[in-house]
Amino acid sequence: MKIVKTGMAGSLESSDVLITVDSNPGKGRNVNLNSIVKRQYGKQILKVVDETLEQLSVKDAKIRLEDKGALDCTIRARLEAAVYRAAGSESYPWENLT
Amino acid sequence: MKLRRTMLYVPGNNAGMMKDAHIYRSDSVMFDLEDSVSLNEKDTARFLVFNALTTLDYGGIETVVRINGLDSPYGREDIRAMVRARPNVIRLPKTETAQDIKDVEELIEEEEKACGYEVGTIKLMAAIEGPLGVLNAYEIALASTRMIGIALGAEDYVTSMKTKRSPEGVEILFARSMILNAARAAGIYAIDTVYADVNNEEGFLDEVKLIHQLGFDGKSVITPRQIQPVHDIFCPTNKEIDHALKVLEVIKEAESKQSGVISLNGKMVDKPIVERAERVLEMAKASGINIDELEDDYNE
Repeated sequence: MKIVKTGMAGSLESSDVLITVDSNPGKGRNVNLNSIVKRQYGKQILKVVDETLEQLSVKDAKIRLEDKGALDCTIRARLEAAVYRAAGSESYPWENLT
Repeated sequence: MKLRRTMLYVPGNNAGMMKDAHIYRSDSVMFDLEDSVSLNEKDTARFLVFNALTTLDYGGIETVVRINGLDSPYGREDIRAMVRARPNVIRLPKTETAQDIKDVEELIEEEEKACGYEVGTIKLMAAIEGPLGVLNAYEIALASTRMIGIALGAEDYVTSMKTKRSPEGVEILFARSMILNAARAAGIYAIDTVYADVNNEEGFLDEVKLIHQLGFDGKSVITPRQIQPVHDIFCPTNKEIDHALKVLEVIKEAESKQSGVISLNGKMVDKPIVERAERVLEMAKASGINIDELEDDYNE
């Protein structure tokens, strides 16, 4: 998916994560993680981000995460929503997300 | 017997509540994509509920998703996503006619076929929230073999009726009775409306006692604090269980002696009394009371 604008999803409430996706043409993926549990789960969070971006075929993007202890499925949900918003797409292939 | 005493509302865009929804042990959890989600967050809520349902194990608690109506720009996409997320039940809001249910069913079936799922797996519930829906309650209840229940949504209903809710609930008695009667005639569950004044515990208990007495199967609840009081009121008392066991005992005795008229403590025991006793014991068992142990005690 091609990122064409800034897309945000999530919140700063406990158990949630606020994710901002921006375009980063030709420069690959740049992930910036700020988390209250970074020391404990930072690697796992980045793994979820990577897998999700891979699944969505996002090659170039700047991703910023403000994490408040979100579960993996919440990180995935917020990232998917932010990417679709940033791609300006409202056609969701649920079958590929299952 | 499937218990649906409590259906806990979980706003579809609340990650924290989504994570904890099952720990309060309501009989069902209902993820809401409709009124509790603002218009500019419909997409994010859909992603969140989708991911929660496809990932988290809700430990056998029934999962229900309240979708947006098909008259909104969101209803169809909700169905596309939720059929793939596979909750147990999809709940349609503001149901007015049987056709509303048939339209939703058609879309669900289309998606089930597209996914290769067995057709009919996802069940349906209708929330009736207006005067037309109340008058059509029976047709709505029979609109699909997927229908497992109808629920009253009183807030919209009283507004349409040009009134407001009172502690006694006299203004919704007709709607409650219609919905309950329709559900019973159709053989499905009847679920009562929410009680919004969360800090009025006494008012809440009065309302639960009333709807239990009317014959409802359960109530939609909006905070975990409301769950246990409902379960307590719906659980048969020891006296009711004791009486039910005695009724079944005298029936058994009468059958073995082939006697006609049966009485217990001077009162005639006939078919409705026996059915009621059986239902009390079923409800007690479903509520976790060990009836076999009580039966053994009783027989000793």
